[in-house]
Amino acid sequence: MSTLDVVTAGPLTSVQDAGRFGAQRYGLTPSGAMDRLSLATANALVEHPPFAPAIEIGPLKTVFIARGEPLCVALTGALRFARMGNEPCPLYRTFTLRDGDTLTLDAARKGVFSYLAVAGEMKGEATFGSFSVNARAGLGSPYPRPLQSGDRLLFENAQASIRERIMSPPVFGAGAIRVVPGPQYDEFGAATGVFFNSPWQISPTSDRMGYRLDGPALTHAGNFNIVSDGTVDGSIQVVGNGQPIVLMKDRGTTGGYPKIATIISADFGRFAQTRPRHTLRFAEIDVATAQQEARAFHALLQSLPARIRNA
Amino acid sequence: MDADSNRRVFALDRALKAARIRGIVETVPTYRSLLVHYDPLTLGFSELGDRLLALLDQPASTENPSRHWRVPVAYGGAFGIDLDDVAKAHDISTDELIRRHSVPRYDVAMIGFTPGFSYLCGLDPAIATPRRAQPRISTPPGTISIGGVQAALQCLAGPSGWHLLGRTPVRTFHPQREPVFLIEPGDAVTFERIDASEFERLERLAERGEIVAELAA
Repeated sequence: MSTLDVVTAGPLTSVQDAGRFGAQRYGLTPSGAMDRLSLATANALVEHPPFAPAIEIGPLKTVFIARGEPLCVALTGALRFARMGNEPCPLYRTFTLRDGDTLTLDAARKGVFSYLAVAGEMKGEATFGSFSVNARAGLGSPYPRPLQSGDRLLFENAQASIRERIMSPPVFGAGAIRVVPGPQYDEFGAATGVFFNSPWQISPTSDRMGYRLDGPALTHAGNFNIVSDGTVDGSIQVVGNGQPIVLMKDRGTTGGYPKIATIISADFGRFAQTRPRHTLRFAEIDVATAQQEARAFHALLQSLPARIRNA
Repeated sequence: MDADSNRRVFALDRALKAARIRGIVETVPTYRSLLVHYDPLTLGFSELGDRLLALLDQPASTENPSRHWRVPVAYGGAFGIDLDDVAKAHDISTDELIRRHSVPRYDVAMIGFTPGFSYLCGLDPAIATPRRAQPRISTPPGTISIGGVQAALQCLAGPSGWHLLGRTPVRTFHPQREPVFLIEPGDAVTFERIDASEFERLERLAERGEIVAELAA
């Protein structure tokens, strides 16, 4: 038995996997990893299935200490300095934490979320098939809330004997974040032009529920309150003051604001990794192209184990 | 927002479930639309669209399985801090407001926003009340509220711009209970007035995972 103890946890740090599905009709949102490609990459490095539970680490400093049998781990996602004691730790390459080793992740310099996968089985209990933390619903395992100092994660069958494995960071997409028209797209009239022709900044008040976008107000002819309908990851709703909010993994399952567009699933992780105050643009594509991109993204996930080299 | 379109949503939802189409992940029925989550690797958008349109044209082939729940509510005081104000706004007594609120048989038009938050259709129009100008940051678990022409039964604490009339000990969502979710979208609900001591008694049972709402015959 080995453990990883949380010494310091920055905000937005929690255990996440693919999320829980099947209960959105009861108001239970899926949650799950913000950047599935980085989660799947960390898991591939430690020979786990793509969406096995791992630790999603927010952008601020986070420190763990290992206890017990050695742990083989991999760290992916946001670009940041990490060190074991005083030794720099590589990203996208497995390394071993031994009893008493401290793993320190400094604040992220590029991107928002890191993923720490540990070879072996994280002890916990899935609800609706998932370990993902959904603090509002009180679900998630081993803790039904974000990680905090003093928490202890247990790992069974730790596979410390894995050879050192390395992978070049996989990339999917670049430039404008691609969207398909949202369910109320037509009601926005000329505001759709403003949406696509303006640069947008991620607001610092963003979290796992939603990313607010700072930019011009999107006014439209209709009413800002619609009859509530369902939401998806990446739904871009426009609230009463004309500000767009992108619904993220802890979104409400339904909402009463009109939705101008939806970020395609293949670009969602790249969008989620965009830092506050950074500028981005949106580009419109059609549903057929979005589905083609979803297939390409899936193929990239499938190819991850084959991209690993022995160090 | 009308009962007929809501019924059509549920009919389509049932027909879709019965059709067992490969690639559908889950569905979310709401007031007047059905959200279908599907896996684009298995099922194409246009193929799914065609099948949904075909199902819409069919007469409802499956029986409506909806149930009718009697939900106990403690009204007013600390349970419902807006009860007096709402009664005053309509120039009626609080007893009359409670009567008008607890008599109708409401339909659960949708469940959304947070786990177990049930949006109810069927509020007496005479007590419809515009939403508060300033939403509250937090309202207690089990809050029974009205906003505009809608009524709601919420499970978890959460923000709300609606008027708080009372609280129910019933937990529509309880992660350690089987079933985890008590009420289905499309079910019906009637409220029954209880006093504070009965609330406390039922609250303790509900916390342990007992179901303290009754099914009407």
